[in-house]
Amino acid sequence: MEIPRHWRLKKQRYALMGEVCPHCDAKIFPPRDVCPECHHEAKELFQFSGKGEIYSYTTIYEAPSGFDSNAPYTVALIKLNEGPMLTAQLTDVEAAQVQIGMPVEMVTRKMRDDGDERGMIVYGYKFRKRVGVT
Amino acid sequence: MTEIIIAGLGQTDVGEHWDISLRDLAFLAIESAIKDAGGLKPQALYVGNMLAPNLSRQAHLGALLADFAGLTGIEAVTVEAAGASGGAALRQGYLAVKSGLVDVALVVGVEKMTDQVGAGVEEALATAADSDYESVQGLTPTAQAALLMQRYMHEYNVPADGFAGFALTAHANGAGNPHAMFRKAIKPETYAKAEPLTPPLNMFDAAPNADGAAALVLTRRELLPSDWPHPLVKILASATASDTLALHDRKDPLFFEAAHLATGRAIKQAGITLDQVDFFEYHDAYSIYAALALESSGFAIRGHGWKMAADGRISLTGNLPCATMGGLKARGFAGGATGVYQAVEAATQLRGQAEACQVTRTRVGMIQSLGGPASTAVVHILEKLD
Repeated sequence: MEIPRHWRLKKQRYALMGEVCPHCDAKIFPPRDVCPECHHEAKELFQFSGKGEIYSYTTIYEAPSGFDSNAPYTVALIKLNEGPMLTAQLTDVEAAQVQIGMPVEMVTRKMRDDGDERGMIVYGYKFRKRVGVT
Repeated sequence: MTEIIIAGLGQTDVGEHWDISLRDLAFLAIESAIKDAGGLKPQALYVGNMLAPNLSRQAHLGALLADFAGLTGIEAVTVEAAGASGGAALRQGYLAVKSGLVDVALVVGVEKMTDQVGAGVEEALATAADSDYESVQGLTPTAQAALLMQRYMHEYNVPADGFAGFALTAHANGAGNPHAMFRKAIKPETYAKAEPLTPPLNMFDAAPNADGAAALVLTRRELLPSDWPHPLVKILASATASDTLALHDRKDPLFFEAAHLATGRAIKQAGITLDQVDFFEYHDAYSIYAALALESSGFAIRGHGWKMAADGRISLTGNLPCATMGGLKARGFAGGATGVYQAVEAATQLRGQAEACQVTRTRVGMIQSLGGPASTAVVHILEKLD
């Protein structure tokens, strides 16, 4: 597995660090340096709250290498409160309980292993049902 | 005006070819396309392929296939745009011949899926998505389609078997295509009883991964011999567009903007209206993609694409036949070969040689090749000349 590739994304993976556009105030995640709204330069960092709701979801039974030991797992498109959407696995929730519109929050979890290569484990964001919300 | 003619057609059966290698598969299609083209000599080769570097540990297919086809010395490169690779390779061939710099171009789409199984294939397919932000979450192309299907059913109140019409149409048509992977019609009950694969998507909502190769020979009309034996099929328009790679970066995920843009550009270039399209080869890697393609291209209003299938409007006798030789669902999804298969099939329809799959109106056919959830869309419009 490529260690630098995962290491350089640590701000995003561990802290949902994105960007804010200084021209139109759009919040951007994942960071991309060019505002998707107004197409101007946008390199100012912005930390997301990690709160959002489910736009759509599904459960994966046939997983790619590195993820198969964790299958089945549920992935979702999550609309963050600040605007942008991201893709994340859901955790600590039964697939049958998941619904479109369900409030969720970010947590840090194990993402994948590298099979039997070097034992490296990748950590990053997953989302769980928001605590304290019924 | 320069007219680009599809002069040669070749294809292998689509399926699990454990006894045929990547290069042999491609050569079978190349050999039959060149023979069909009456021996025209290609000066350039454009290869559409998606997964060979991953699944076959083989890159550099341009040189490999030119070499293996006895064409060493010609211009030869691979074109990659995930599932749209074949369509993108066809466009490169079209541009080369249209420009006048190349007289005869060979376009071959080839994919070898079955040398690996299960998790390895899923991992390779997932390289078409955003590696840093989608694939790292364990997302697969099938899951992307399921996410869209779930949301679509939620927004438009689609019944559980609402997408059945796409699979029923594909399998009914595949029954008449001797090259198709599945040549048997299915019943509505079969769809309704299928287990969810990646819910709400079931196994009949997803095209099967398969091996296959298809090839085309392109040239300019004036270069054809006077005793040309085939009905003339012309490339009337060629257009392509891109969208965000990641699904989550779209403002409106249920609209395939790239399909919309590419179709609009192609229709404008062709100087026709959408209702002059006699049949449509869409990219039904998943039934939801067929529905979204119909809507984004302008054949159906939003939320109604699935009804065109449910009402039989896309069958061979409907007002817009789709997947006329089985589509990706029944012919099989041979990755980057797909766009070239679509062109071979559409040209076969226009030549009037589609036999059991033959549609009745054969003036204009449109093909649309998608990479991922339409992160790339390539559209070609073909026309039969008198």
